[in-house]
Amino acid sequence: MAEQGVAQVWRRIRSMYRIEGNKCVTCDTHFFPPRPVCPECRRKGNLENYTFKGLGSIYTFSIVRQAPDDFKRQMPYVIAQIELDEGTRLTAQIVNIDPEDVEIGMRVRACFRKIKEFGHGGIIVYGYKFEPTMKVTGHE
Amino acid sequence: MVGIVGYGVYVPRYRIKTTDIAEVWGDTSGRIGKGLGVFEKSVPGPDEDVATISVEAARNAIKRSDLDPKDIGALYVGSESHPYAVKPTGTIVAEAIGCTHDMTCADFEFACKAGTAAMQVVMGLVQSKMIKLGMAIGSDTAQGRPGDALEYSAAAGGAAFLIGMKNPLATIEETVSFTTDTPDFWRREGEDFPSHGARFTGEPAYFRHVKAGAESLFKKTKTTVDDYDYFVFHMPNGKFPIAMGRQLGVPKEKLEESLVVRQIGNTYSGSAMMGLARILDIAKPGSKIFMVAYGSGAGSDAFSITVEDAIEERRGQVPTVDDYIERKTYVDYATYAKFRRKIKALG
Repeated sequence: MAEQGVAQVWRRIRSMYRIEGNKCVTCDTHFFPPRPVCPECRRKGNLENYTFKGLGSIYTFSIVRQAPDDFKRQMPYVIAQIELDEGTRLTAQIVNIDPEDVEIGMRVRACFRKIKEFGHGGIIVYGYKFEPTMKVTGHE
Repeated sequence: MVGIVGYGVYVPRYRIKTTDIAEVWGDTSGRIGKGLGVFEKSVPGPDEDVATISVEAARNAIKRSDLDPKDIGALYVGSESHPYAVKPTGTIVAEAIGCTHDMTCADFEFACKAGTAAMQVVMGLVQSKMIKLGMAIGSDTAQGRPGDALEYSAAAGGAAFLIGMKNPLATIEETVSFTTDTPDFWRREGEDFPSHGARFTGEPAYFRHVKAGAESLFKKTKTTVDDYDYFVFHMPNGKFPIAMGRQLGVPKEKLEESLVVRQIGNTYSGSAMMGLARILDIAKPGSKIFMVAYGSGAGSDAFSITVEDAIEERRGQVPTVDDYIERKTYVDYATYAKFRRKIKALG
């Protein structure tokens, strides 16, 4: 029997690994996750794939101190909404910083991390998390 | 000539001091770390593994090269801690860095020299014009049984080398290998931690193979120690490469710059490659580098490398090995045990 969840994970690989969304060429609005139709331009819209640069700022965040089982090893950790430079927002963990040092407006960039595992013998889900821009991210 | 057209490394943020590990096992003298020549080691975060480390190193390598990842025809990841027993790490890396699907990919294993074995294969594919560009990665989140000597050095990190013919940052003139069946260190299928032959890992294993690889390369290239500016040997600890250098008559100052093991520990498949990256970060064009990687089991891969002028314009674009060494946050043994899944109740 096929393992539950594999197809859903596989379908999102490009979005999760490379922050691949799309943009409407007509109104220059970026979307993540990718949308099938531009909600503004509708029929006049023209969507094309777009890989986000992975840079942005923390719009808001929360420190998680009571986590689901899959995330217990990481407690306490920060989950944030990030406003990407292209204008869209997404939700992701913030890593490589102590939770008490995270601030709204902080510049961050996407890094590649393990998101979760489907148990000991199941698939491993990888994707984006964000870290502060610093010397080792090539930003100082 | 075939050469390195881009390279990048990644070392996780966390460190544990070897004195902290020793104290847990009842040694407060500080002798163990000093004896091994390893003062702290890198520890992967709870959401880091060989796939994530490899992706970060590979992205740095591509950024430095300024080449299109779509031109990569082969990608190999060498490690002894691949996240899956069956499903190549390379597939994850290739997708994450934006390679096309028209490429070949596989995972390599040869203890600590799996990454340099991958370099040799990529060199062959490039030289035979089967591919234009290939990537070889050496990356590990090394395992050490709690309380075992390995726990003081088994670290995490990775290095990625992009190999091609056009405008290399460093040319690889020659490579040779030396291989025997020597059971100095192994891990059986399904085992969490490796086993080793303790003192047997020295003379008949590391020293014999590194020496044979080095002598074979000297002979093939008709060179001597005097022809090289820098030496890089695999670094299972801080002691072995220095002893090896002494046996081969290498002046200490030609070896010193590569000894990243003191600050980050043994990054296994990333070890010698990390040392090479450290040298490429600082070497002047025209410098000659002699590298011998060692893998238990056992074998060695030796490389003769010349730094080219192109390296200077590629510096400053991506973080150096030293940038990663300096970026650190210390954790205590309890946090280390939590991150490394030594607390079994957490699954």
